[in-house]
Amino acid sequence: MRLKLRGMKWGSVRRRAVAILLLVFGLLLAADLSTASIPDDNPIPSIFEPHSTPADSIFHLSRFVLAITGMIFLVVFVLLVYVLVKYRARTTDSPHEPPQVYGSTQIELAWTVIPILIVVVLFLATTRVIRAIQDAPEPANVVEVTAIGHQFWWEFRYPALGVVTANELHIPVSDPANPTPTYLKLLSADTDHSFWVPQLAGKTDLIPGRVNTMWMDPHRTGVFLGQCAQYCGTQHAKMLLEVFVDSREDFQAWVNAQKQPAKQEEDVGAGRHVFETTACVNCHAVAGTLATGRFGPDLTHMMSRRTIASGAAENTPENLGMWIQDPEMIKPGSLMPAMKLSDSDQDALVRYLETLR
Amino acid sequence: MSSDAMTIRAAGAAGRPWVEAVQDWITTVDHKRLGILYILYALLFLLIGGLEAIVIRIQLMRPHNDFVSPQVFNRMFTMHGTTMIFFVIMPVMFGFANYLVPLMIGARDMAFPRLNAFSFWLTAFGGLLLYFSFLGGSGLYGAGNAPDVGWWAYAPLTSRAFSPGHSADYWTIAVLVSGFGSIGTATNIIATILSMRCPGMTLSRMPLMAWMTLVMSGLVLISISPLSAAQIMLLVDRYLGGHFFDTQAGGSATLWMHFFWIFGHPEVYILVIPAFAFASEIIPVFSRKPIFGYPVMVAATVSIGFISMSVWAHHMFTIGMSAASNTFFVLTTMAIAVPTGIKIFNWLGTMWGGKIQFKTPMLFSIAFLFQFLIAGLTGVMLGTAPFNWQLSGSYFVVAHFHYVIVGAILFCIFGAIYYWYPKITGRMLNERLGKLHFWLFVVGFHLTFDPMHIPGVLGMPRRIYTYEPGRGWDSWNVIVSVGAFIQGIATLLFLANLVLSYFKGRKAGSDPWDAWTLEWSVSSPPPVYNFAVIPAVRSRRPLWDQKHPEDPDSRYE
Repeated sequence: MRLKLRGMKWGSVRRRAVAILLLVFGLLLAADLSTASIPDDNPIPSIFEPHSTPADSIFHLSRFVLAITGMIFLVVFVLLVYVLVKYRARTTDSPHEPPQVYGSTQIELAWTVIPILIVVVLFLATTRVIRAIQDAPEPANVVEVTAIGHQFWWEFRYPALGVVTANELHIPVSDPANPTPTYLKLLSADTDHSFWVPQLAGKTDLIPGRVNTMWMDPHRTGVFLGQCAQYCGTQHAKMLLEVFVDSREDFQAWVNAQKQPAKQEEDVGAGRHVFETTACVNCHAVAGTLATGRFGPDLTHMMSRRTIASGAAENTPENLGMWIQDPEMIKPGSLMPAMKLSDSDQDALVRYLETLR
Repeated sequence: MSSDAMTIRAAGAAGRPWVEAVQDWITTVDHKRLGILYILYALLFLLIGGLEAIVIRIQLMRPHNDFVSPQVFNRMFTMHGTTMIFFVIMPVMFGFANYLVPLMIGARDMAFPRLNAFSFWLTAFGGLLLYFSFLGGSGLYGAGNAPDVGWWAYAPLTSRAFSPGHSADYWTIAVLVSGFGSIGTATNIIATILSMRCPGMTLSRMPLMAWMTLVMSGLVLISISPLSAAQIMLLVDRYLGGHFFDTQAGGSATLWMHFFWIFGHPEVYILVIPAFAFASEIIPVFSRKPIFGYPVMVAATVSIGFISMSVWAHHMFTIGMSAASNTFFVLTTMAIAVPTGIKIFNWLGTMWGGKIQFKTPMLFSIAFLFQFLIAGLTGVMLGTAPFNWQLSGSYFVVAHFHYVIVGAILFCIFGAIYYWYPKITGRMLNERLGKLHFWLFVVGFHLTFDPMHIPGVLGMPRRIYTYEPGRGWDSWNVIVSVGAFIQGIATLLFLANLVLSYFKGRKAGSDPWDAWTLEWSVSSPPPVYNFAVIPAVRSRRPLWDQKHPEDPDSRYE
């Protein structure tokens, strides 16, 4: 009688606790989404919302693995709870020790063989997906991009298209009927990095002295978020990555715009002079000028990018000024030096940079 | 007692004996004292490493937080990882092995008592050296600077181009030195177990704890050596113009990865096999039954030891290995799930049909079973290479290996401390405080590490000092941090229990748990010489035979 009462009370407490927990999680998730700063319908880079073939086959494999491991968990968990409840010591027990059992060959054989069978199944399923992704035949129509990891930004070069950009990768959407996947050649200029855009593909490292490859064929347009996933130094955290999946027309238009040399506007000549006569040109390139540095991002069309400093700040004139004045304010530990320009030089420089569309 | 005697005692306590006691502890070669030193040393570093974790969790509580700078954050996770692996878990395991193995196999000390002391002090010196980097890391260059290269110190981040100053050297030399200590102790344990067993204690009658410690020590010998070699090569790179890992001069970054993980994966088993050992001693006693399937448990342990040396590249699925290599390491990784699964079932089999007593050591062991099950299953997920391409380097991995290291290993260590504290000190730990500690720690643990899987799935990489808002990571990180604080409080409660019970605890007597292995046959704490007469045993549970002469184990084995 007493036991029963206690059981009921516990049940209602537990139900209430579960309800409260669910409510709290729901509210928290809603709060997270409302603070989203990226103007896109796809702010959460979840591996369970794939939009490209490699990410999709991983997702399918993961559901299979989750189902199997979930079942194993349930079976063992139920057994554990059963054992704990059934065989707990009771005050009503006899004072004698329980029967001393030393083992059972049959039972132990069973719980050796069954896991082996499960492992074989999992192994075969995994092998298929490894081959499907790593040994996929390369179609004729691919976009080739060389991605180079730097401390702490991404360089993207399109050798066939003659385009160089940074941090924001533009690729065309791939129509399954006429696929145009993007093949990335991954290199590193300094330390290890890892290219990870969860909704498009699993991650692959960029390792100095080594050439890695990966591919993706996005099924829809939009912006896909990712970031460096291998610790690469002080500012590993702000080595963010955005992949803009454009329609074919938009992608072609973007390529055409990026292929143009830098605009030469007369009224920002002063700023251009500052740019070309300071250390800027040692690290940055602007096509059509004498600036050919490659330590930092190519600035030829920098105003076409949404962010500066690899996603650390939005690309606004104020942020640009602050970034040139004192990069530590935006990204402490980045390799961009403080330029220590006079106010007038700095203003002129920012005005010049703003014309690099 | 007469008042004269009192004065003499008081004078003695205030004068010479204090220095003498310190001198005794520092120069001791007694396996029990060295064991205690190892454990206390590890507890000190547990506090420090825990504090570093708290700093990490405060910083990550909200996006764009600036509680610490990126440089400090990177040092915190590097020091946290290095500390917890090399200066908490390994020393604690060596401490228990040191204290218990001779007692369990009926020996009076380790095979090489002075090597034992030497090894401990090497490890202790390594830890001090690591932490001296906070003061002297940059040497003459300026302010202090702890290593910030991550606990696996991937090349070429450790080269002088990317890690100028001496912080990376502190990491290298501290771990190298403590590694020599580990090799010394492992050699000692193997020699002890193989040659110091008392009459009748055949290999097949050793307590599982001794078996598992033997396997663990073998793994230490095999796996620490490549790490030490790689660290020496790194030092050659940094100071003698070598190019092993210097990618700017044709060295190989992946070579370091192979060296590190060929150490790093067996290392996981070096840490977890002693945890299995604790569970294998505690679960039978509190279920009142012998371990289920002793020979299979031994076989599973040995096969885990062998297989664990062929799985290292599952830490490297993302480095662009060929499909064939990936497939091979998927196979070996999954193979290791089989003996591990056998162990879980055998522990369940031990409890089946028993009379389970929910004392604190048993509570920790049960939580271990539950959490290790989950850790194993997330391990299977990570072992499927394609899934790993998404999950590796994310917070999912962080959650997974903390499930192993905290949920399984640390829980077992807590269980072991509750179980053997009475033997070591002669007093019981307070059971009420113990249960409070247990429940608080369980709540904190699950609040921290259950939600931590989710930001990983949502694309949050590890080792980032801050993150962007609005990616679905924010609230999970708040919960994780709150859980970490609760774990911190629980740990303080545990330490308080250790201290209070030392002075006020109930007297334990020689055998408070009604257990069956030899360490419970001597007084608590045991005399310096352990056994006045070397015992002779006729079964795996000598004390059971003694307590139940009408139905001894020796009849069935």
